[in-house]
Amino acid sequence: MDHELDIEQYLEEQYDIMDVSLLAGKIMLESGAETYRVEDTMMRIAASYGIKESHSYVTPTGIMFSIETDEPTKTKLMRISNRTTDLKKVMLVNSTSRRIAKGELDVPQAYRILKRIYASDETYSLKTRIAAASISSGCFLMMFQGGWVDFLPAVIAGGIGFASVGYFQELISIKFFAEFMASLIIGVLALLFVQLGFGLQPDKIIIGSVMPLVPGLLITNAVRDLIAGHLISGLAKGAEAFLTAFAIGSGIAVVVTFL
Amino acid sequence: MTIVVQLITSFIAAAAFAVIFNAPKESLIKCGFVGMLGWIVYFILSTEGIDIVPATVAAAFLIAVVSQVYAKMYKAPVIIYIVAGIIPLVPGGMAYDSMRYFVTNDYNMAVSLAAKAFMVSGSIAMGIVLSEVINQLLRQSRLKRIG
Repeated sequence: MDHELDIEQYLEEQYDIMDVSLLAGKIMLESGAETYRVEDTMMRIAASYGIKESHSYVTPTGIMFSIETDEPTKTKLMRISNRTTDLKKVMLVNSTSRRIAKGELDVPQAYRILKRIYASDETYSLKTRIAAASISSGCFLMMFQGGWVDFLPAVIAGGIGFASVGYFQELISIKFFAEFMASLIIGVLALLFVQLGFGLQPDKIIIGSVMPLVPGLLITNAVRDLIAGHLISGLAKGAEAFLTAFAIGSGIAVVVTFL
Repeated sequence: MTIVVQLITSFIAAAAFAVIFNAPKESLIKCGFVGMLGWIVYFILSTEGIDIVPATVAAAFLIAVVSQVYAKMYKAPVIIYIVAGIIPLVPGGMAYDSMRYFVTNDYNMAVSLAAKAFMVSGSIAMGIVLSEVINQLLRQSRLKRIG
């Protein structure tokens, strides 16, 4: 009887370790961590809880994780459907995994902490982020050799463009459409400003304002993944980046051809 | 004067991007600094007449090295600093120009600009990977010395 209970507890424990690793991986992947870091973190967590062998297979749309124990190998799959960039969560999970590796946290504690990180929503307020996008649009205009006359139009167009991505994404959860509409709005605004004599070079205003939407991080991570041998992740991220660039480009294209 | 404007705007742009990506508050200044450093290297090299591909590799390499130093100092993932740093180097303007030529049916210009944009993003990645390779080599040689 006692022996049976032990085994049951042992089994339960294995599942918990698996859940902790998977949750850590899920948070990191959804927050925009690199593929190798996700795989590495999951295997490290499992190893610090005494799992000698584990395999993780991470793609941008799902995680597969299996651990080898005395029992038959257990494997779990987790679907990842939305991906954003939230560097704070990456950092929090990273420091949690460091603490696990040091042996400071047992399995239930770690699981609770990760659950709290997963549910937390400690982002900057929407207003702050829109303000940041506007200011960066103005700064990019200057970096791309624009004139100070166009600074304010770029700030306004960039802020409205960034805000409308969020708005349209909430309205219809198709990222492509949201980006298309946002760049359309930016294009219309830029031309409008120039027509009203408020700005000078529509091209520069558009380039500056579009920068907060450009998938720069995705493109670079895609190439990095490809070089590192994560071929599927690299191709998937490349496809996502291409779609975003295409959405932005076609939004602007509509404006340029019809106005 | 131009350099000063470039320094200030690239610092603000990179720090603002760190806000958009929700980087922790205490890392914002560092992100801005990394971005400024990379951009100014790129800016000076490209205005000196060096081709933009090697200029981008050099800038991305420097960004990655400084980011790794920061990551080690503050025990944070290196991606936090790299992300904000490389944003100014991303060929957004080039991709936009290429799209414009596509729309106006000037496919020759469009394809050549798209290829250039691809080369530049590839060289950003090259710069980062290069610094990672050197970092790993250093770590291995240190391990050997201890072992």
